[in-house]
Amino acid sequence: MEFKFTEENIQKVEAVLKKYPEKKAAVMPVLYLAQDQNGYISGEVMKEVAFLCEMPEADVLGVVTFYTMYHKKPMGKYHIQVCTNVSCMLRGAYDIYGKVKDKLGIDNGGVTPDHQFSLEEVECMGSCGTAPMIAVNEDYFENLDVPSTLKILESLK
Amino acid sequence: MEKIVLPDIPNLHDIDAYLSNGGFKAYKKAVTQSPDDIIDQVKKSGLRGRGGAAFSAGLKWSFMPKGNDKPKYLCVNGDESEPGSFKDRQIFEYNPFQLIEGILITCYAIGAKTAYIYIRGEYHKWVNLMQKAVDTAYARGFAGEKMKETFGGEFFCDIFIHKGAGAYICGEESSLMNSIEGKRPYPRVKPPFPAQNGLWGNPTTINNVETITNVPAIINKGWEWFAAIGEPKHPGTILFGVSGHVNKPGVYELPSGTLLTDIIYKYAGGVPGDKKIKCVIPGGSSMPPLRGDQLEGVKMDAESLRAAGSAIGTGGIMVMDEDTDLVKVLARITKFYYHESCGQCTPCREGTGWMLKLLNRILRGEGSTKDVELLISVANNIEGNTVCALGEAAAWPVKFMVTRFRDEFEARVKSGISIDVRNKVHSMRKTVNPIAPLTLN
Ligand SMILES: Cc1cc2nc3c(=O)[nH]c(=O)nc-3n(C[C@H](O)[C@H](O)[C@H](O)COP(=O)(O)O)c2cc1C
Ligand code: SF4
Ligand code: FES
Repeated sequence: MEFKFTEENIQKVEAVLKKYPEKKAAVMPVLYLAQDQNGYISGEVMKEVAFLCEMPEADVLGVVTFYTMYHKKPMGKYHIQVCTNVSCMLRGAYDIYGKVKDKLGIDNGGVTPDHQFSLEEVECMGSCGTAPMIAVNEDYFENLDVPSTLKILESLK
Repeated sequence: MEKIVLPDIPNLHDIDAYLSNGGFKAYKKAVTQSPDDIIDQVKKSGLRGRGGAAFSAGLKWSFMPKGNDKPKYLCVNGDESEPGSFKDRQIFEYNPFQLIEGILITCYAIGAKTAYIYIRGEYHKWVNLMQKAVDTAYARGFAGEKMKETFGGEFFCDIFIHKGAGAYICGEESSLMNSIEGKRPYPRVKPPFPAQNGLWGNPTTINNVETITNVPAIINKGWEWFAAIGEPKHPGTILFGVSGHVNKPGVYELPSGTLLTDIIYKYAGGVPGDKKIKCVIPGGSSMPPLRGDQLEGVKMDAESLRAAGSAIGTGGIMVMDEDTDLVKVLARITKFYYHESCGQCTPCREGTGWMLKLLNRILRGEGSTKDVELLISVANNIEGNTVCALGEAAAWPVKFMVTRFRDEFEARVKSGISIDVRNKVHSMRKTVNPIAPLTLN
């Protein structure tokens, strides 16, 4: 499916291009805008981004595949990220991660069949002082334990 | 003790509160002096980088070439992805305007017209908070061309936020620049250094968020004042992030040289259940771990920590009590570096994978004494043989954890190696499948 930015997003792209002396430098923010609109980064998205940022498609692919936050496939409506790095692990993150996996019935990188949830085991999110934590899409939930985590999942409809 | 970076003033994130507490006075004072004077004061203040390497900020600025034949840049490093570090987000949230004022002064000192604040992608909330502060600064004439009206004079600079997308390596300064340029963010070979060849080949200075936030106070109160705080060789306050097995984890701003045990027991409330401490990583997960019985008298500044056998890093203190499984901790740390290696250099790309395999084998109870040696050997072969310091960041925890807690690792492995050899024919000839049946794990 061909990808084109909405009128509103085209204006945001224009604004972002002004932040840098070269168009190529805007590739990351433009990819974010595309992901917001499209849900994930498809080949068609990369084609359009390459055109707008005046760079080869292969270079866009090189950027997309380097970072964890550009999704290469459609994710769940709620993307659940569980940090299991040391500070969280010391305070029970693996119990939480295990329970979340059970509850959602998916493994790391999985998406539920109804596309409500996707799951990712993530590296340190900068919440070590309020560990353990999960993030749901863009929001952090901190100072968790198993019951409070399950409550959060249940509240997501 | 006075706090410099995160003072106890309510609503400081509001520009009016910031202004009524002396906001932007330091910048006004700075522009009455020459850029070289500013660099000199920061040099004399002894301010050292808070992003990991503790390099003199003033000295770094002095490497920037004079003259205006090329555009110059400042990059403010808020990638904050080192496990155990969570301090820069406090600045974005509670004191964004002091960071902005620090950026203005730094840009003036090094002659930069553009600053990029690089913030890790997961920090959506803090990117938004910081963007709001930058927008307010523009609207009120504390950034961009309107600065000429606000402050008089000809100097002004632009501030942009660049949001990362989930890659620890982008905190490494040359990877960070490639990330901003829209390239695949591989670290660059140095030299050339950023002051000669940085963003788009132009002179560039990279400093941590906390480093820059200290600058206005130095200009306001004078370098002598700053130099007298804490340890003379690494003066000022440091934001210590305490996490793991403590009763009150969090960020504590304290003078450099504060005792590690004071931070853990006096400020962070000690260990839950009054358990003993087995291990402390004092500066974020890349730094050499210390044994619980090595902590007495250790002061938290670059020199003292080096003498104690570790490093200050980002000041992220990770505390582990006596019941912690250090093999598991080390395997988790190693998994992180394996995941975050950019793959550019063979020792780092392959070595992190081998260390992880070895540690997982030990965790499964299938390791041998040889594996313990092999871990150290792989770590030694990474260290010093890579393009960027992620190599050391991956090697140090392994090397020092294994040597300092050898008993713990040896208790987990069998002596001697037992490898099941299903195929008893050891000759490579005349066997269909001589290697495959060797089940190493
Ligand atoms: C793998 C790696 C990751 C790094 N991550 C960060 C980071 O997240 N934030 C940071 O300020 N510095 C980080 N650094 C250090 C930077 O390369 C650089 O030294 C620092 O930003 C300079 O600022 P400072 O002198 O003010 O400390 C990292 C270095 C390496 C090798
Ligand atoms: S040391 Fe590792 S992270 Fe750094 S450039 Fe080499 S492969 Fe990449
Ligand atoms: S270890 Fe989980 S947020 Fe840092």
